[in-house]
Amino acid sequence: MRAAVIRFPGSNCDQDCHFVLREFGFDTDFLWHKETSAAGYDLILLPGGFSYGDYLRCGAIARFSPVMKSIIEQAAKGVLVLGICNGFQILCESGLLPGALIRNRDMHFICEHVNLRVENTATSFLSASKVGSVLRVPIAHGEGNYTADAETLRALSAEGRVLVRYCDAQGRVTPESNPNGAVENIAGICNAKRNVFGLMPHPERACDAALLSTDGRVIFESLVATLGKSRAA
Amino acid sequence: MKAKVIVMPKTSILDPQGVAVRDAMRHHGLPGVKSVRVGKMIDLEVDGADEAKLHEICRDLLSNPVVEDYQLVLEK
Repeated sequence: MRAAVIRFPGSNCDQDCHFVLREFGFDTDFLWHKETSAAGYDLILLPGGFSYGDYLRCGAIARFSPVMKSIIEQAAKGVLVLGICNGFQILCESGLLPGALIRNRDMHFICEHVNLRVENTATSFLSASKVGSVLRVPIAHGEGNYTADAETLRALSAEGRVLVRYCDAQGRVTPESNPNGAVENIAGICNAKRNVFGLMPHPERACDAALLSTDGRVIFESLVATLGKSRAA
Repeated sequence: MKAKVIVMPKTSILDPQGVAVRDAMRHHGLPGVKSVRVGKMIDLEVDGADEAKLHEICRDLLSNPVVEDYQLVLEK
């Protein structure tokens, strides 16, 4: 299993992602954003951070980095692409995922653990989880307020593409459990082909008991299960 | 040629920054302020401008059509 962690100027979760992917047995490379090819990987991960200082809009400039053209091609071929936090913002800006992430409802940068309800496991990213499971995973963002037009929201819902929503400890999706004002408590979505997943929370920061939660591991376990199987076949 | 690009959050989208500024204005002695929206203005100077290309850049880079509208003002 080969994985690439893309580094943009301003990425700052790249080492954490690299560490976790290696823990899960991925042969993992860092790939500088000026590389023109991201081919040859089973998983491409866009990590969190502040690419280009969040100038203009989060992810707006990173989206035009040379490596993105190749990532879009690889995604079209079915390669798995995971965007976490700033990575999710870049996926939305690049059009690989619909919608946009705007300023948090209360204007604050939020850094805390939240609860996520698993909404759909029919994807390589959550196949090892169960619908209705509650994952405790940290968020750390100022622009995580997901928004999209009504037609997009209908499609996401009808096609089961909202993979995780903010919820309370019992798994109830309530306005009070919504940290940033995201429409319909959306924390993460996938594309129609289900091979591109973006989410604001940081599963890589919830993979070790020393970091208070290991609930993020299920995402990497799912990836290992999927990619391990396809390799054996 | 000089140009200005004005980028504003779409009216259908809540502008948390505008709401915060509106509330601050109310606290600063302007209770009648009804609404504030915060956008950005980009000033640029360009040689041999192709208006269609400028619009393309406004659409693809300077604004995000999902959440923002832009206005391109050319100063010839």
